[in-house]
Amino acid sequence: MSATGLGASVRRKEDLRFITGRGQYTDDINRPGQAYAYFLRSPHAHAEIKSLDTKAARKADGVLAVLTGDDIAADKVGGLICGWMIHSKDGSPMKAGAHPALAQGKVRYVGDHVAVVIAETLAQARDASEKIKVDYKVLPAVVDMNDAVKKGAPVIHDVSDNNTVYNWHLGDKAATDAAFAKAKHVTKLDLVNNRLVPNAMEPRAAVGDYEPGTESFTLYTTSQNPHVARLVLSAFIGIAPEHKLRVIAPDVGGGFGSKIFIYAEETVCVWAAKKVGRPVKWTADRSEAFLSDAHGRDHLTHAELALDEKGKMIGLRVNTKANLGAYLSTFSSSVPTYLYAPLLSGQYDIPAIYAEVDGIYTNTAPVDAYRGAGRPEATFVVERLVEIAARETGADPAQFRLKNFIRTFPHQTPVIMAYDVGNYQAALEKALEMADYRNIGKRKAASAREGKLRGIGFSAYIEACGIAPSAAVGSLGAGVGLWESAEVRVNPIGTVEVLTGSHSHGQGHETTFAQLVSDRLGIPIDNVSIVHGDTDKVQMGMGTYGSRSGAVGMSAIFKALDKVIAKGKKVAAYCLEAAADDIDFKDGKFSVKGTDKEIDFGSVALQAYIAHKFSGQDLEPGLKEGAFWDPTNFTFPAGVHICELEIDPETGTTRIDHWTAVDDFGRVINPMIVEGQVHGGIGQGVGQALCEGAHYDKSGQLVTASFNDYCMPRADDLPSYNVGMTQTPCPSNPLGIKGCGEAGAIAAPPAVINAITDAVGHENVAMPATPLAVWRAAQKAVMKKAAE
Amino acid sequence: MYQFTYHRVDSARKAANLAEKNEDAKFLAGGMTLLPTMKQRLASPSALIDLNPASEKLAGIEVKGRNVHIGAMTRHYDVANSKDVQEAIPALAELAGMIGDPAVRHRGTIGGSVANNDPAADYPSACLALNATIHTNKRKISADEFFTGLFETALEPGELITKIVFPVPSKAAYMKFPNPASRYAMVGVFVAKKGKDVRVAVTGAGSSGVFRAGKFEAALTAKFHVKALEGVSASAEGLNSDIHADAAYRAHLIGVMARRAVNKANGK
Ligand SMILES: Cc1cc2nc3c(=O)[nH]c(=O)nc-3n(C[C@H](O)[C@H](O)[C@H](O)COP(=O)(O)OP(=O)(O)OC[C@H]3O[C@@H](n4cnc5c(N)ncnc54)[C@H](O)[C@@H]3O)c2cc1C
Repeated sequence: MSATGLGASVRRKEDLRFITGRGQYTDDINRPGQAYAYFLRSPHAHAEIKSLDTKAARKADGVLAVLTGDDIAADKVGGLICGWMIHSKDGSPMKAGAHPALAQGKVRYVGDHVAVVIAETLAQARDASEKIKVDYKVLPAVVDMNDAVKKGAPVIHDVSDNNTVYNWHLGDKAATDAAFAKAKHVTKLDLVNNRLVPNAMEPRAAVGDYEPGTESFTLYTTSQNPHVARLVLSAFIGIAPEHKLRVIAPDVGGGFGSKIFIYAEETVCVWAAKKVGRPVKWTADRSEAFLSDAHGRDHLTHAELALDEKGKMIGLRVNTKANLGAYLSTFSSSVPTYLYAPLLSGQYDIPAIYAEVDGIYTNTAPVDAYRGAGRPEATFVVERLVEIAARETGADPAQFRLKNFIRTFPHQTPVIMAYDVGNYQAALEKALEMADYRNIGKRKAASAREGKLRGIGFSAYIEACGIAPSAAVGSLGAGVGLWESAEVRVNPIGTVEVLTGSHSHGQGHETTFAQLVSDRLGIPIDNVSIVHGDTDKVQMGMGTYGSRSGAVGMSAIFKALDKVIAKGKKVAAYCLEAAADDIDFKDGKFSVKGTDKEIDFGSVALQAYIAHKFSGQDLEPGLKEGAFWDPTNFTFPAGVHICELEIDPETGTTRIDHWTAVDDFGRVINPMIVEGQVHGGIGQGVGQALCEGAHYDKSGQLVTASFNDYCMPRADDLPSYNVGMTQTPCPSNPLGIKGCGEAGAIAAPPAVINAITDAVGHENVAMPATPLAVWRAAQKAVMKKAAE
Repeated sequence: MYQFTYHRVDSARKAANLAEKNEDAKFLAGGMTLLPTMKQRLASPSALIDLNPASEKLAGIEVKGRNVHIGAMTRHYDVANSKDVQEAIPALAELAGMIGDPAVRHRGTIGGSVANNDPAADYPSACLALNATIHTNKRKISADEFFTGLFETALEPGELITKIVFPVPSKAAYMKFPNPASRYAMVGVFVAKKGKDVRVAVTGAGSSGVFRAGKFEAALTAKFHVKALEGVSASAEGLNSDIHADAAYRAHLIGVMARRAVNKANGK
């Protein structure tokens, strides 16, 4: 292994510009003559707009335009779309209410877009927005899913009179019922998967620009997938055909899923740029981000696990209500269905599974994919159930898992997924060792002597990443294919630019992708640059989410590099006066088999471009190759996390003492970056488990609308991590990569809650397990002890 | 932010004069509370009177006899790191070191914090428990009279805090249970003993701001020991309930924090 090749912890190339303040984020981009947009947002969760008077606002200082839903309609700007069709049990298509970029007659959540003011300065736009007179007829709002489906509940979209988007199911009901009928033990559980606000460090932003000379638009935006944004804005919203619309996602400061989606704000900015004849910029402030970024999670679930007399799992039944908010965001419909239920088998051999999921409208911000997207929710259900089942049957939670793990691969689950490879017991055994599980009893006793409660919790998670084979997701309702593209451009002096359709917003692609190129072509890593995020440079791509950029994005690069090497061999054959079949390529040198005749990669590149050694009729000049990679399966990263924590029963404070993570990500390109992804993921998972929770009051006001009330985890809430790995290379891509971006966020929540419930001795602790919640639980434990 | 006129002043007198002329003007100290409120358009003063150029006169720490004088413009960071405060009233230095984050501690001032009287702020509890005196450009106000309700004080419009004088206690300690989100005090209890006089002040919990816990004071006056608090509990009545803590939990935490503070004050 070279110092910069595959498997080396190369320092991140991109960090120099990030940590010296030289990143170029959307808000850093300013266009000549730029004006500013300010969105007037609904203060009500549910209201009819009886009238909207913009006269005074239009006359205010500096105002260029005040645009409303009427203008959107007049210009025939299409509504925002949800790109994944889900069918209900009865075969009917999901009920998608219209989602105009600016409200048309009705607002459906606090923060919904009522109008936009475009002015010379942001302050003027905001001042003018206060002069817009809106006559609202306030309607009753509904934020609770159980209330939303009751008879007589306020109807949010006319297309669904019971606020239900779909009643979906997966699995074999009859087989599952039969398993429960013969079960020896059934564990039952009601769970809340708390709603989260993504809180990327960089808020969303957009700059729309229109060039009348060429009738073309440019949109700079905070996107994880600029090509998908262009596709949607062209094909569905109808801003401009693709060749007249360039979308640039420059440096992006975190996304966690929330920047996959195509939102109202960027749509309005690019549309308005033509309307006012000026570039239009919008940058969310943190308060807007809380109200209008797509939120994550928000499930209510009842789940049951059936065991036979030997403690083997024989059936799993899950019923989930998923809050989709007031409108269907871009991929929202898929998250609680196909990204969730197919993971309910976890790492276990469960012969029968049946899941029902109802997607529900409420008067809250739209909910969509957030780090892990469906898989954390599935893992929470499975790992909470498994832990409780072990406790109820008097089994050790580790042994109980070992007994039920899948042991042979490939393994077809009853819920779509065919796990290709894995070694679950190896990860668990390693984690037990690293966590010193043997001596947990001693540590519990030591805590007890100090008046503290110590608990340990396991989470054996699995996820499906890389999404995914295009034909497979197409058959499940996806509106797009999920391949990835790459283009390798070798310059005449042998430096290389790699264009990728994936997008980096914190993942370090400029480093890991360059490692692959450096390794394969045998050239210094500094001779490689990675280009992404611009639809005028990269022809087409599907973007970054679902831990797909390694497994799918790098596989496309791998394939393009193969083509470059093959072409290079042909050029080298002319230079070395040998047959192409006789040329070897190794460590950056082309050589003739069995001789010492060789030529280095840079010289071959030069020869390819000067084209003196061969005729253009025999071989095309140049050295540039492209590839598309469509995977043959999902990838299945899996692992075991163990959380050990201590609770102060007097105050309810929880302190995480040890964290052990053993993950199987297949082949690892850059262990430092992978470990960083694990740390960040666990941080977010611990955040969900202990602190974070978006809370709407009954009237639909977001109570946790700032960091004053929305608790983000901080460094001192988190432990030092003990990270280990096992490896079973993924067979469905040439690099053996499985993906690592979401693992921590998926694994962590049940590990924490299992540890807390272990410490307090009963199961009734919901997320976020705040000091208040834990104190209440601990009081019960203390009282129970006293009574005994 | 709405438009406002910005004034810089280099003395308390000039500040007070300007304030007299501009009815809805506001003093600007560290700006840690005032500026975010203005950015969110929740406050719209016509003018800001920036006290920072007057820091030389309005900031500083001095021990005079059995009192510690702290200028209104003294930053939290400087109180936390002052050798004088650490020696005379270590609990006060510790309290200052627990406020917000480093950026907030380097900007925020004791005068701004006390004038603002946020019901979850830390300093008001120290003022009450240590029986401090708030000096203004017009008069001296005892802490017992100064804090009058949620974000309310005895200050008159345009009245400027110049310094706060803390008598040195024989024993004192502050125990803070931070709100997990904001890290302001969800419950903070400051316990102080000076001679026979014991004062216990509670911040973060009361629905009308900082208050003295009479039952705790009586018990501790009898004997300044944690055992004296056995069976003494705070009532949930009049305490805040929100998503972070209901009144019963806050009442419980007052007891826990008070006992821990007494132990700490006694060097345990
Ligand atoms: C992120 C964050 C975390 C924080 N955490 C905590 C915490 O844990 N505990 C805590 O106690 N506080 C906390 N604070 C508040 C902080 O302590 C502020 O410093 C304090 O509330 C206000 O002080 P300031 O100097 O910034 O005043 P400013 O914001 O400048 O002014 C506040 C108010 O006081 C008035 N004022 C200022 N000086 C005077 C004066 N000399 N005389 C009369 N009126 C005056 C102003 O006109 C204004 O109305 C936090 C603040 C932030 C932003």
